[in-house]
Amino acid sequence: MSEDTSRSRYQAVIALEVHVELGTRTKAFCGCPTTFGAAPNTQVCPICLGHPGVLPVLNRRAVEFAVKAALALHGQVHLESVFARKNYFYPDLPKGYQITQYDRPLATGGHLDVEVDGESRRVRIRRLHLEEDTGKLIHGGTPGGGATTGAPYSLVDYNRSGVPLVEIVSEPDLRTPAEARAYLEALHSILEYLGVSDVRMEEGSMRCEPNISLRPVGTEKLGVPVEIKNLNSFRAVERGLAYETERQAALLAGGGRVERETRGWDEGAEVTTFQRRKESADDYRYFPEPDLLPLVLEQDWVEAIRRSLPELRTARRERLVREYGLPAYDAGVLTASRHLADYYEDAVELVEASQGASVPTAGAADGPGTAPLHAAAKTISNWLMGDVSRLMNEAGLEPLAMRAKTFALPPAALVELVALVDEGTISGKMAKDVLEATFSTGKPPRAIVAEKGLAQISDSGALETVVARVVDANPSAVAELRAGKDRAMGFLVGQVMKETGGKANPRMVNELVRKMVGS
Amino acid sequence: MRFTEATASQLATLIAQGEVTRSEVLESFLERIVAVEESVAAFLTVTADHGRRLARLADKAAEGGATPTAGVPFALKDNIATQDIPTTCGSRILEGYRPPYSATVMQRLEAAGHILLGKTNCDEFAMGSSTENSGFHPTANPWDLRCVPGGSSGGSAAAVAAYEVPFALGSDTGGSIRQPASFCGVVGLKPTYGLVSRYGLVAFASSLDQIGPITRDVTDAALVLGAIAGPDPLDSTSARVKPPDYGQALVPDVDGLVAGIPRELFGEGVEPEVRQRVEEAAAVLAELGVGVEECSLPNAAFALDMYYVIAPAEASSNLARYDGTRYGYRAGAAAGGEDVGNGARASIGGGPPPGDLLSLYLSTRSQGFGPEVKRRIMLGAYVLSAGYYDAYYLKAQKARTLLRRDFEQAFGRYDFLISPTSPTVAFPIGERADDPLAMYMADLCTIPASLAGLPAISVPCGFSQGLPVGLQLMGPAFSEELLLRVAFAHEQRTDHHTKRPPLLGVKRH
Repeated sequence: MSEDTSRSRYQAVIALEVHVELGTRTKAFCGCPTTFGAAPNTQVCPICLGHPGVLPVLNRRAVEFAVKAALALHGQVHLESVFARKNYFYPDLPKGYQITQYDRPLATGGHLDVEVDGESRRVRIRRLHLEEDTGKLIHGGTPGGGATTGAPYSLVDYNRSGVPLVEIVSEPDLRTPAEARAYLEALHSILEYLGVSDVRMEEGSMRCEPNISLRPVGTEKLGVPVEIKNLNSFRAVERGLAYETERQAALLAGGGRVERETRGWDEGAEVTTFQRRKESADDYRYFPEPDLLPLVLEQDWVEAIRRSLPELRTARRERLVREYGLPAYDAGVLTASRHLADYYEDAVELVEASQGASVPTAGAADGPGTAPLHAAAKTISNWLMGDVSRLMNEAGLEPLAMRAKTFALPPAALVELVALVDEGTISGKMAKDVLEATFSTGKPPRAIVAEKGLAQISDSGALETVVARVVDANPSAVAELRAGKDRAMGFLVGQVMKETGGKANPRMVNELVRKMVGS
Repeated sequence: MRFTEATASQLATLIAQGEVTRSEVLESFLERIVAVEESVAAFLTVTADHGRRLARLADKAAEGGATPTAGVPFALKDNIATQDIPTTCGSRILEGYRPPYSATVMQRLEAAGHILLGKTNCDEFAMGSSTENSGFHPTANPWDLRCVPGGSSGGSAAAVAAYEVPFALGSDTGGSIRQPASFCGVVGLKPTYGLVSRYGLVAFASSLDQIGPITRDVTDAALVLGAIAGPDPLDSTSARVKPPDYGQALVPDVDGLVAGIPRELFGEGVEPEVRQRVEEAAAVLAELGVGVEECSLPNAAFALDMYYVIAPAEASSNLARYDGTRYGYRAGAAAGGEDVGNGARASIGGGPPPGDLLSLYLSTRSQGFGPEVKRRIMLGAYVLSAGYYDAYYLKAQKARTLLRRDFEQAFGRYDFLISPTSPTVAFPIGERADDPLAMYMADLCTIPASLAGLPAISVPCGFSQGLPVGLQLMGPAFSEELLLRVAFAHEQRTDHHTKRPPLLGVKRH
């Protein structure tokens, strides 16, 4: 039986367990900094190293961030929750237990709406709780994370030990790998908009461990779940689940049995491989953490956080369409990242400011003066979705980089570039070159234009001389044009551009040729 | 003058008045340590150099007109972290471990100008009632060197009783300050849970552990408690209450107070002579105007059962960190291993390493821990296991709540409660070593207050066959002032605390 046929007989049931590192300045239970990428074991203290006699003190900001996330996911925040110890031995766990929440988590319930192929689906969330991260093992490798040395020992970096995490567990409401990816992307977007985490999957500040089981289409009973680890990107989550769907379907169709196990995604080979069997639930001997009092929140504090929640992606997308007349598609792309959307709105606001009092404010968006703003808003959107996005990808930059003070192309520079095209100083084609130059050097577009002498010839007097010369020199083309062959127009304009070294304003050249030829 | 005879408060006064220098005081205690340590063996580490340096500096500063600091020498139980000074908890698994930080109590005593003179022996990780479970050596009772000093803070109590230091700190989880204080004829105070910061106290059972003073009289107990009590931002379970001036409590006025004697703590297990001494103490209080009645704490009868579920459960988790990977003993590592700073140690290049991670854990912990610690880790892991949690841990916690209510009810009627600190006097070394259950009985009277988180003090109330008997006073949460006042009143009317141990008996080798 082919895989396609077998797969169509089964339905996948997927639940995601997502760990997100909260972007607090210090760790969950001590004052150590949380900066990513510091030299190994430089952000540690007796507390996060689990020295004898130390005690945890909860980071208030971590609670605030977790509450924000829970509220944004429509969860019920419990005014009293309890920390528990999860006991197990591993070298990256310095105390021999992880401080987490067990039977009384910070929040339960909630949901996330995800869109797949234009259809919206509601995925229920089971719980959200606070916990601490573990250290990081480097097996047979070098502390710098370089090539493995094959050394017969492992090194541990405790910089990550004690970094606050929220664990967000979904109900098994997802049915396809694409849905799982969409859920994860939507979650990513919310957390990014909330500003509670860097949410970088590659750096591990957002980690996803899905559970997937298959059942015959039309049946209710859940199959045997398999957990997948080592999924370090959205793509890996989707590919890993797709692979696992096919693997399990082939197994079941062949009369085999899916084992309850943990499998690891092999990015290179694009397969999941067996890691360990989960015959019975691990016994972590949970019990309430006696070193911490129950976490008691004030209702007023929670409500204040609720009121302070920022505009999230869906709302912002709708607003961009409403205020700037953007196509829904553009608004969707621009708001995929909060940072890209922030950049975009900064740029549009600069245009708005420069257009001055003639442009009405958002309150009167339908007024007669909105046309120029809408046009500029669309132009900026085009640049961002097109060339800027391409340059960012080529440079391996994420949207967050656009918000750095040192970013080579700040919103003002992009606005300047658009203005240069608008006023006819440079052509759209030249603008692409200027953009690249600004992007790589950080010099403002006007400075680049001046430096390279790129300004196009828009002086009609100067152009008329050149056009006249070209018209005189090419009688046959002129005749063809007069006979209605538009191809000849292209030739004539091309000749003018050639004579001016590409600096002639093409629109003006067009007009002049038509005027002189009288076509 | 022999300064070792003076109490901490007397010494503080003498030093403040310039009658004596800190260095002189320190040297006389060091001499005393040299003279008696061979017999008593109360210390695991004597910090002579550290103490001398601090004493000299403080003396010099005082000469220069700086605000005088106390300068009284003291000892700490070896489960209290002291920066760069060995802290072993009486365990081989922490042999050579020097913490990278100091406990809050250590910082507070040093800030007050007191000078650390050493770290005292104890039962391994404070698990025991005789100090025989120390991974290093037993300690002798200064009143009879053939007997145990009690435990687990046996080293601290013996050091104070033998005049090796004017005061010491112990830790009390189920009676580990009070019972050795009782066996050694000194004063031991277990404060209300949360009154003294646990930051830097190596955890045994986190919901029970408290640090407290062991002193030669009640005045010193008040002095030391005042120096170490109070909120600590590093301990989330420390109470956010400003402690009063405990010195103000030292007035011998107890007229009109009412005391209860819980019959559950005064039953058949109590030796007749111990019973007699406690009754005499009650009579002394009655003479001072205290109404004394028998009362009941029904659930105290189950206190040992609760304790031996809850304490091992927490211990099994607290002791998981001793796995040989970061500090302390590592199986297979060459002596000491390679010091990689921060008290951590790497065994790269050390002795033959165990084959894999699991065997590293197994051999490190099998070799590093003693039998009593292993017994409690196994017990604790068992009661927390899936399927047993509800039947043991959860049930014990529910029973604990009932016991708390018993106390609350009793304190609705009585200002404080009276009992023996221990049902017996000090027993011979080795007598109960192979009988854990008999050993556990030593804490019968002290465990209830521990489970309820309440303050309790043990004060000398006489002798039985030449060995000290302790009187335990228990009060409501944060009633330390009241307990000190009653203990002080009792002390003023008796002379038990002035008796000196003969330090006789077999010489130890």
